[in-house]
Amino acid sequence: MNLIQIDAQSWAKGIEKLKAVYRTFGPKKEKNDLEFKELQAGELPELHFQNTRMSPKALVYPQTQAMFTYSLDESREDCRILKEVKRDEKPQAAIGIRPCDALAFKLVQRNFDSREYQDVYWINAYEATTLVGLACDHPCSTCFCTSAGTGPFGEEGLDVLLIQQNDTLYAKAITQKGESLIQAAGWKSAAAKDAAGNMDALKTKAESEISAFVETDKLKQKKIMEIYEAPFWEAETFSCINCGTCTFVCPTCWCFDIQDETHGKSGVRMRNWDTCMSPLFTIHASGHNPREHKYERVRQRFMHKLKYYVDKYNDGIQCVGCGRCIRSCPVNIDIRKICNKMNSFDPQSCSCEVASS
Amino acid sequence: MNAILHAYEVTKEEDMVEPLDYNRRSRMKNFDKCFKAEITNIIRLTEMEKLFQLRMINEDDKNRFTFLPGQFVMLELPGYGEVPISISCSPSIKSIIELCIRKAGKVTEALHKAKRGAVVGIRGPFGTHFPMEKMKKNNVLLIAGGLGLAPLRAPMTYVIENRADFKDVHIFYGAKDPTQLLFDYQYEQWHRIDDINLQIIVEKPDELWTGPVGLITKLLDDIAIDPDKTYAIVCGPPVMFKFVCNRLKDMGVPMQRMFVSLERRMHCGMGKCCRCNIGSTYTCLDGPVFDYWSVMNLKEAI
Repeated sequence: MNLIQIDAQSWAKGIEKLKAVYRTFGPKKEKNDLEFKELQAGELPELHFQNTRMSPKALVYPQTQAMFTYSLDESREDCRILKEVKRDEKPQAAIGIRPCDALAFKLVQRNFDSREYQDVYWINAYEATTLVGLACDHPCSTCFCTSAGTGPFGEEGLDVLLIQQNDTLYAKAITQKGESLIQAAGWKSAAAKDAAGNMDALKTKAESEISAFVETDKLKQKKIMEIYEAPFWEAETFSCINCGTCTFVCPTCWCFDIQDETHGKSGVRMRNWDTCMSPLFTIHASGHNPREHKYERVRQRFMHKLKYYVDKYNDGIQCVGCGRCIRSCPVNIDIRKICNKMNSFDPQSCSCEVASS
Repeated sequence: MNAILHAYEVTKEEDMVEPLDYNRRSRMKNFDKCFKAEITNIIRLTEMEKLFQLRMINEDDKNRFTFLPGQFVMLELPGYGEVPISISCSPSIKSIIELCIRKAGKVTEALHKAKRGAVVGIRGPFGTHFPMEKMKKNNVLLIAGGLGLAPLRAPMTYVIENRADFKDVHIFYGAKDPTQLLFDYQYEQWHRIDDINLQIIVEKPDELWTGPVGLITKLLDDIAIDPDKTYAIVCGPPVMFKFVCNRLKDMGVPMQRMFVSLERRMHCGMGKCCRCNIGSTYTCLDGPVFDYWSVMNLKEAI
């Protein structure tokens, strides 16, 4: 694929052109952090950052989404009839998304676009989205993408990859969708011949800056029950306060809740992100709770991401190594540590707490 | 269904229970593919439970809505929400759907206040079912505790309607005390059916109670079965599964021939919201009917 060179001027011009075709989103300063927000006329996406505080999953899967409206007014003919809320499925573009966050969409797709049932809300929004990635030149200390199936220059899930060198951007179309976006932006000056080589050097340098890793090679061969019953869970999850931050910042967490919110005589059926850290997540109306204890809920999250997903889809872990849960956790629970523990767990050599309990 | 009866070492979850392709809709257009049904009768069963008889409003829907014993529906009350409810009636009667519902939460409380003629929504049916075809030509043990009679009543009526296909049929039902017995007005009818062993037991009898007293496992003491030719369906609170199924195991019934129906909180019924998962199986897709072998290999299941 040819590299396209974009200077500062044509970058600004191109972004403005894109706004006519796409709803354009990019990292914007929000208080002390960056968040993905819609870019208004004249605004450019921030390109000098490590990563946004929240993952950009909300572009496709909003934190709260109206599914239906209904009326409870008995005098109306449509009383208690659910009416579908019209969805905005216009093309949108996420400019400056990190490769890890783009891969996350691919992982989540397996759940929403399964062979039994397709979730039209997610699928339509995903299909309408063009992901323009920005390669990481300075990964964080908590990033472990290279051992989670991608890398600072990872291309999977992206439509376009942008690489930054000094003040110049290089764009590489990865999919047809990406080509269309580049055309719409009017970026066409081919990069110099030696640019590709430079990019490779940048990639190697960025990858070498990743200092954290997880070991996942043995997860698949482990028995579910053995890891499930491993003695480390209670100790490792002791400090957790079940705040749920990890699930909200995670680009691959997809659980949701459906609630009817009634105001007076009308209401909305909403779908909201949910968190498996909350005891309310599983409690039955009868009061019985299959995951009653805190450690069971934390274990569920890690088992789901690092073992159940691996087995179910015969693939890598349901984690892209963005490190957000590590950075945001108020009690320093570290998925890298848990993953390595799970990966190296050997029930035979462990006689400690199992024997005594 | 074959996969459910297949014995395996659980290292790979995809081998566990093959989702059935029964009644799945491909690429649904929206989440509102929902049958409108009218409550035609409300039958008070106990203080806490009522039986709701529903009828499809749209004539075509009567034929479109088919289910198999053990499946469940999402019952929908706009303004209150949706709840998963197992179907408690025979699949052969197309005109009526019966749902036995305990007053427990927001939606069911609202439903208990509803009057005859109220309109509700039904999505589904969802989930796996009891393998009734496989059970034919075998002895069948139908065992329920408490509210477990609600899901059990579907396979039970199926067995009664197709009595000639089965060998010995035992129906055991247990409750805490006589006031909590469900469908007590039907026992007389079931009793009179030739060659069906119906036994009802309570833990705490009142002065009028003349039947057996004790736990449900007590009823298993008095029967002689050929374990190689026996299937069992067990519905009830999780604690009951352990006692009853272990007892059946001691009697020689293979774990793959005992079927249980699990309860989980659910929101979508389509394996998306991730709420009902046990390990990597979704109760709404891979359950609610599981064979006991699979249940024993799913931690947190019961």
